[in-house]
Amino acid sequence: MSLLKTENIIMKFGGVTAVNDLNIDIKKGELAALIGPNGAGKTTAFNVITGVYAPTSGKVILTTTDKFGVTTTVDTTGMKPHKITNLGIARTFQNIRLFKDLTVLENVLIATHHNVNYGFLSATLRLPKAIKGEKKAKADCEFLLERMGLIDLKDELASSLPYGQQRHLEIARALATNPQLLLLDEPAAGMNPQETDELTALIFKLKTDFDLTIFMIEHHMDLVMEISDHIYVLDFGCTIAKGTPSEIQNDPKVIEAYLGVDANVED
Amino acid sequence: MEIIQHGFSTYIKKHWKTIVFLGILLLSIGLADQYIDSYSRRILNLCAIYTIISLGMNLVNGFTGQFSLGQAGFMAIGAYSVAIFTVPIEIRPTLFYLEPMMPFLANIQLPFVAALILGGLLSAGAAFLIGFPCLRLRGDYLAIATLGFSEIIRIVFTNTQTITNGALGIKSIPTIKSLWWAYGIAIVIIILTILLINSSYGRAFKSIREDEIAAEAMGVALFKTKMTSFMIGAFFTGIGGGLFAALLGTVDPKQFYFILTYNFLLIIVLGGMGSISGTILASFIVTIGQEWLRFLDEPMAFGLDLPIFRPGLRMVVFSILLMCIVLFYRKGIMGTNELTWDFIGKKLRTIKSKFSKKKSITQGGNKK
Repeated sequence: MSLLKTENIIMKFGGVTAVNDLNIDIKKGELAALIGPNGAGKTTAFNVITGVYAPTSGKVILTTTDKFGVTTTVDTTGMKPHKITNLGIARTFQNIRLFKDLTVLENVLIATHHNVNYGFLSATLRLPKAIKGEKKAKADCEFLLERMGLIDLKDELASSLPYGQQRHLEIARALATNPQLLLLDEPAAGMNPQETDELTALIFKLKTDFDLTIFMIEHHMDLVMEISDHIYVLDFGCTIAKGTPSEIQNDPKVIEAYLGVDANVED
Repeated sequence: MEIIQHGFSTYIKKHWKTIVFLGILLLSIGLADQYIDSYSRRILNLCAIYTIISLGMNLVNGFTGQFSLGQAGFMAIGAYSVAIFTVPIEIRPTLFYLEPMMPFLANIQLPFVAALILGGLLSAGAAFLIGFPCLRLRGDYLAIATLGFSEIIRIVFTNTQTITNGALGIKSIPTIKSLWWAYGIAIVIIILTILLINSSYGRAFKSIREDEIAAEAMGVALFKTKMTSFMIGAFFTGIGGGLFAALLGTVDPKQFYFILTYNFLLIIVLGGMGSISGTILASFIVTIGQEWLRFLDEPMAFGLDLPIFRPGLRMVVFSILLMCIVLFYRKGIMGTNELTWDFIGKKLRTIKSKFSKKKSITQGGNKK
């Protein structure tokens, strides 16, 4: 069953067409990857899916399943980002966007704010409902931090963490929104091979443990080829190939996009 | 029962310093209320009122990171609602001698507290209306728009002769004498602000200050959260304005020029954008400082007849102070820190270690 579907998305900025006719179909439970050379429009595609940009034309359709197994299909095209997050899409950012002057725990707690079921008055007056909600949110977030190995650092400022841990914190924060689909924008950017391996294992584990569907942008081909079920390749905004890792590896168009055209290509 | 007792005793153990501090504070307010002269009483009242209004402003500017300059307008709404609803009915015709007061307002008199809260609510209502167009703007644009709206409020009040008595203003407002009004309300508002800031909503405010895009991606509804903060800030400001009117006993539109807003801007910048205790400290420093620097406005300072000592010099000195803060001390007194016991302990330790370092250096020097 498809979880996220985009239909003929076109995103234009003035005269530049950043994404041209993007059709993505992500099945529930799979791990899809979006690859492509620099400037291919990958992050723009993410921004359209998460509502940062409203597409020039096209549709984004999300089919979510709640805890009772009831599925709902929503057309999220042009919705505000926070509404899309409420529906179950969480994301991380390519250039880390943590709340730098807040602590690690606070960073994760903010991601639970959208499910508070009490008003600011009961929060201010610390009514029982608010105390209960706050306690539950804290417990959930501490569990997540534990999973990401950040529990000892929960009272540190987010800006004081080393780079790799900031990336982990971003993932923890995204998970705290309780998503069904997790969008990772270059999670392994700037990591060394060993850290990348650890991250690969972690992503895989999170996917099974939290019953997630993951869609990621990544440049580390080893990582992509190892863990993804489906790969979409973008170049200059157009989808030039889609398929399983082995299909992609042998696709002449992909090789052309990455390596350029050889003058004497012989099949 | 035992658990409750245990919880209570650990609570006392953890917070005894704060409890003792609060006790001393309340006692000293009580003592001051008994013994001080009317001049100091007025200044101390003003300190508390400025604290309330600056907290309202800091909630929006410091914690939510929205640069709003509408304080004077919201204050005017609070001040006028106290003025209109608390002036005794029998003297109203003498005040509204140009045009009589609107009939259905002319016979309503509310108790002070009710008028104060009504002022706060009206102010929050105005914030709601202003916020709709303005809070979609960012940075400087928001500042200019809110500044404009605050002027609009003032001009409306100048021209609604039958409600606000126009440029003549309203006099003979029953004044507050005791320190308890301003300080009681200030303490309640400080506590409410602390509780709000440390709740989920407070974190949402701070997340918007830190990074709007990330906050939105994490499910924080930007507009709604900004609006909540803006309205709470306006509510506090309206209450502060009401107390201001009751302290002075008279309101007129000229008091609420946009210049007034800069007083509060100075306070929150000096105290630290995003620090409650910094705001409180700075309110006292600025209010008392402005009074204390009054000698600069008088022509015969220090017995010398220097031509520069003339009315207005006080403001020049204050502007220089503000520039110095912006240039050299950009985060204000407290930054985003709060004056907790841990913070004081840490500061003391660093100061101590600096002294002991200096000592060891000088001792080393002596050995040579």
